Parts: sequence; C-alpha cells; structure tokens
Amino acid sequence: MRFLLVEDNESLAKAVLDRLRLDGHVVDHAPDVSTASAFSGTTDYDLILLDIMLPDGDGRSFLKAHRENRKETPVIVLTARSEVSDRVGMLDLGADDYITKPFDFSELEARCRAVLRRRGGGSSNLRRFGNLQFDPMAGTLSAGGRTVALRNRELRLLEVFLNAPDRIFSKPNLVDRLFSYDEEGSENAIEVYVARLRKHLAGSGVQITTVRGLGYRLSLE
Amino acid sequence: MSAAVNVSGSLRRRLLLQLVGSAALLAAVLFFAVLGFVRTVAEESHDRILLASATSILDSVSVQAGEITADIPYAALSMLGNVSDDRVFYRIASPAGVLTGYADLPVAEEPVQPRQPLFETAAYKGEAIRAVTVSRRLAAQGAPVAVQVSVAQTRTGQAALLEQLFRSALFLGVGFFVLASGLAVWAAQSSITPLRSLTEAISRRGPKDLRPVTRPVPAEMSPLVLSLNSFIRRLQASLARSEDFIAEAAHRVRTPLATVRAQAEVTLMRVENEDNRASLREMIRAIDESSRAAGQLLDHAMVSFRTDSLERQEVNLTALARDLAERLQPVAELKDIGLHFQSDGDVSIKGDAILLQNAVRNILDNAIKYSGRDRTVRVRTVRNGGWGNIEVEDEAGGFAGEDTEALTRRFVRGANAGETIGSGLGLTIAREVAEAHGGRLIIENSQTGAGACVTLCFPLC
Repeated sequence: MRFLLVEDNESLAKAVLDRLRLDGHVVDHAPDVSTASAFSGTTDYDLILLDIMLPDGDGRSFLKAHRENRKETPVIVLTARSEVSDRVGMLDLGADDYITKPFDFSELEARCRAVLRRRGGGSSNLRRFGNLQFDPMAGTLSAGGRTVALRNRELRLLEVFLNAPDRIFSKPNLVDRLFSYDEEGSENAIEVYVARLRKHLAGSGVQITTVRGLGYRLSLE
Repeated sequence: MSAAVNVSGSLRRRLLLQLVGSAALLAAVLFFAVLGFVRTVAEESHDRILLASATSILDSVSVQAGEITADIPYAALSMLGNVSDDRVFYRIASPAGVLTGYADLPVAEEPVQPRQPLFETAAYKGEAIRAVTVSRRLAAQGAPVAVQVSVAQTRTGQAALLEQLFRSALFLGVGFFVLASGLAVWAAQSSITPLRSLTEAISRRGPKDLRPVTRPVPAEMSPLVLSLNSFIRRLQASLARSEDFIAEAAHRVRTPLATVRAQAEVTLMRVENEDNRASLREMIRAIDESSRAAGQLLDHAMVSFRTDSLERQEVNLTALARDLAERLQPVAELKDIGLHFQSDGDVSIKGDAILLQNAVRNILDNAIKYSGRDRTVRVRTVRNGGWGNIEVEDEAGGFAGEDTEALTRRFVRGANAGETIGSGLGLTIAREVAEAHGGRLIIENSQTGAGACVTLCFPLC
C-alpha cells in the first residue's frame, strides 16, 4: 500500500517509515503542510497519516483543504493532544480516525485496516502467493474455490509471513508481533495460531514449515 | 458555586429608612411651623379686633360740661360678638377712678402711653381673658386728663379655634408624611431596579457565556460594570490558558514518548538476541505505562476543569456509545475480543458530550484491557425508569469479594491489575463525570458471573 506520512518530528517519522517499509508498504514523508499538499496533489495514496502540530501550520487546515478539494483519500490523525479536548473536532473536519501518540504499531495497522475496509478500498490490495488469494481488508483467504474468514491474529500472522516468504521467524519474534506488551503472549499461543493457519492453508499449495530450533517459515510446497 | 455571600445591610432598606426618616422630620417641622403661624395669625387678628373695639369706645369718650362722658357705640361691643360667643368686659377709667364698666378687671392700673395699646393675658372670674388697654388725653376743666379704656374677652372661642387649627396642621403633617413615605418606597425601588436587572441578566447566563456586559446602566453603576467586565476578561483568558496548557502539556509529554516507543518497536523487529529483546519489551512497557499515566492525569485535570463549569447540551447516549464501540473495534479485534453494541432505542440526556465520551471510553478501555483473547465485551444503552444507563459487561473474571467502591478512588487498582498497564484513574474519571451530571457509577459482577458489569446511570431529561 502507499502511505503519506505528515509528521515534523524527524526521529518519530523515521521510526514509522522504517516500520511501515518493513511491512512492505511504500511510504512518502512530508515534514510540513506545504510539502504534504504538494505530495497529495501529485500522487494517489491509499492512506494519509497526519500529525496536527506542524511547523508551517495546523494539520487541521490541511485536512480541511484536502476535503474541500474532494480528495477521497482516508486520513488518520496522529494526535498528541489531550484525549478529551481535541478529538471531536478532528472527526468533524473529516478525519476517518485518530490515534493518540504514543501508539502501538499493531493498533495503527488495525486502524488503517478498519478505515480502508469502511471505505471499501479492499480488492485492489488483494495479495497472491501460489494458489493463495489473501484479502487483508476483508480478512479472507481463498484457495481452490474455498474462502475462509480469518480471525484477527490469524490474519496478522499470515500477513507477517506473506511480507517475507521463505524467511524464518522465531517464536519470540512472532509473540511480539501478535501480542501487545502488556499481554501474556506465550510461545504456546503462537503454536495454536500456526496450527489454525495450517488448517486454513491445507490444499492451497502453500505451507508453514517448522524449522527446528529456529522457528517457522512460509513457503510453496 | 456556593450561595454564601457576606451580606451587610440592604441598600434598598437603607435608602428607604433615610428617605422615610427625612419625611418624618420634615412633616414634624411642617406641623410645628404651620401651627405656630396660624396661632400667631389668630391671636393677632383677635388682638386687632379688641383694639378696634377699645379704640372706638375711646373715641366716644368726650368732655361735656367739664364732665367726662362715654356713649359706648353698640358696634364697639358687637364686633367682638362676631368673633365668638365669648363674654366681653370693658372699663373706662381716668386717674380719678373708674368711670364705668367692670372696676375689678385685672388690667394695667398705670397710665398707658397714648397710641401705644397694651395687650395682656390674665384670669378673670375663673376664666382666661385677653385684654387691651388704650388711653387718650382729654381737656377737662382746663387740665388734660388721661382716659384709659380697657376691653377684654374670655378665650373659650379662641381655644376652640386653636384646637381646630391644631387638628388641621396635624392632618397636613400626617398627610405629608404618608405621601412622602409612598414616594420614598417608589424611589428606593426604582433606584435599585437597574442593579436588579443587571443581576438578573448575569445570572440568566449559561456557564460558558463569558461575554462582557453591554446593556446600558446608570452612570453610578458603570465602575461596577467596568470592573465586572475586566474580571470576565481575566477569567476568559485564564480558562483559555488552562485548556491550552493541558493540551500543550499532553503534546510535550507524548511526542517524545511516541518517538522512543516507535524506535524501540522497530529495533525489536531487528534484534535477535533474547536478552536485548527482553529489555526492549520492558522499555516499551515502561513507555506505555508513563504515557498512559500522563494521559490520564491530564485527562483528569481536563475533566475536573470541565465539570466545574458543566455545559449541558442534549447528548444522545446511544449514538455516543455506538460510535465509541465502533472506534474501539480495531483495538478489540487486535486481541480477538468481540465488541458488541446493543440498544433498545435512543437514550438522550443533557450534558457535556466530551466528558461523557471520556467516561464511557475509560470503562470500555478497561473492559478490553482486562479481557483475555476470544472473550466478549457488551455495551448496552437502556432506559430504566427515570434513568438512562450505559452498561459495559465483560468476561474478564469480575471482582472476587473486592471493595468495588474503592476502585473509583484515585490510583486504586483492582486485584486483577497484575501486569496490565494502567494508572488507576479511569474509573475515578468515570465516576466524577457521572456525578457531575447528577448520576452515578455502579460496579458489580455480571449476572452470568463471567465478569464485571460497569454501569453509568444518568437522569433522563
């Protein structure tokens, strides 16, 4: 997917860019309102992540102009302001959602997915691997004429594997990707989710193999 | 706002007392002045008639064949009879003795200077009399003789007249007092009116109405209104500053935390060494902990600030709860928690939408936070008699014999808090919002026993 990140804090922006790129997304970065307007005027993005306090103006004015230009690109606002004071105005100005800093990347991903699903922008992001068709927006997996709906963690686990086929993921690494830091995510739970995914993948020509002592890997049969 | 005001006297009563007091004083002065004046006038006119009578008798005294004779004209005495029915006495005397009349009339025996009548008040035959004595020199037997004529009249009629005059003066005084008092009440009332209407105009205002006072007021009240307006301006500025400060503080704290967290998370994806991974996880936990605490503290400040001047607009609780459930759906999905919304129709109350949102959000956050995977959280809005309720029911185990009341105190966390990140302010905020709206927060175990049920109750409008 193609993202535009509008954020003036360089180090935060870099971390977000790194993370989104690791997941295989294409991300442009605009540090201020004028650059953001230039970017959004020339490129079609799937989603815009917008900070509010920017050096050359308010993110809200960008949002307003964006909507007045009849741009349909969904916008998620990254706000660092008080939970109480700022939110209502944001949604009134046409933001699709907001997330409070500091945020969990999984929550950001989940919100992006929810916004895109609401906007009906799913099918263009259909991903294929072997005989497998995966719709991350709808959360469905199709193979050999059979379609199953994935639960959230199954879906995220599959996304992790699909972003880097043939790469080996250790169990601790997968725990971090699937569970938030205050949850008791155990390696046993990962085994449960892998087992569920394997069941869904049966007959698709795609398999998750166990690499002894190292972890799991997604590959073609 | 407390109704205790340090009241010292009443402006209206003081004004009224002063005006009525002045009216009483003026009425008394008027009464005595009028009384004195009419008494003088009555006495003078009576004296003048007495004098005229005496003079006309004196004029009738003549010397005939060396003898002093007096032919008293009828009119001389009848003119006194016109004044009242009082008895009249007279005496004509010369140095040789009394010629005619009442010899024992108690009047001046000494010669009276001609053209200088002598008026006297005395008692005669048991009655008060008023007498005048005039004299004239006549030539008799070649020598001048001083003839003195005295005329006296009892004062019964005069006293009756004075009594009547006294009554009239009293009526006049009392009438003046009553009229002036009426006017004083009116004056006190009307001079207070602008003050009262200003008070009404200000107390009719809503809690957020901080416009300066522009209505016309009398010149004497303009310093009051000026200082009131400057007070309103200062209040406005200070309110705006507090709100800005809270927002700014949140921004300052959260942005660097966001940076550190994002970097830690990205690094965690690249690092393989298990010890390093554990420290990074600890770091992220600590960041979450502090950002949550900072956020909740600032939210709590904002909530206290907003409940102090509560805005009351119509808020649809059903729509509010539905929106929040929808918004938290992604967070619930992350943990494979089902978040369901139910309602039996619109429930509306009067209140502050932002505060209500914050309260419900805190309860929902808790429910999601403490629920394990594959559990369900239910949000319901129901009407229950005169109450509109938002219920949040989870399957997170509930409270085993805990003091649920204590959970709403600041920084108190439940026994199940364990590793879960939290600040212990969420339920405090929810309770304060409920109470500010005249409602309450109920924490209990759900009927199924699978978890807790937290209910926000608000009185329906």
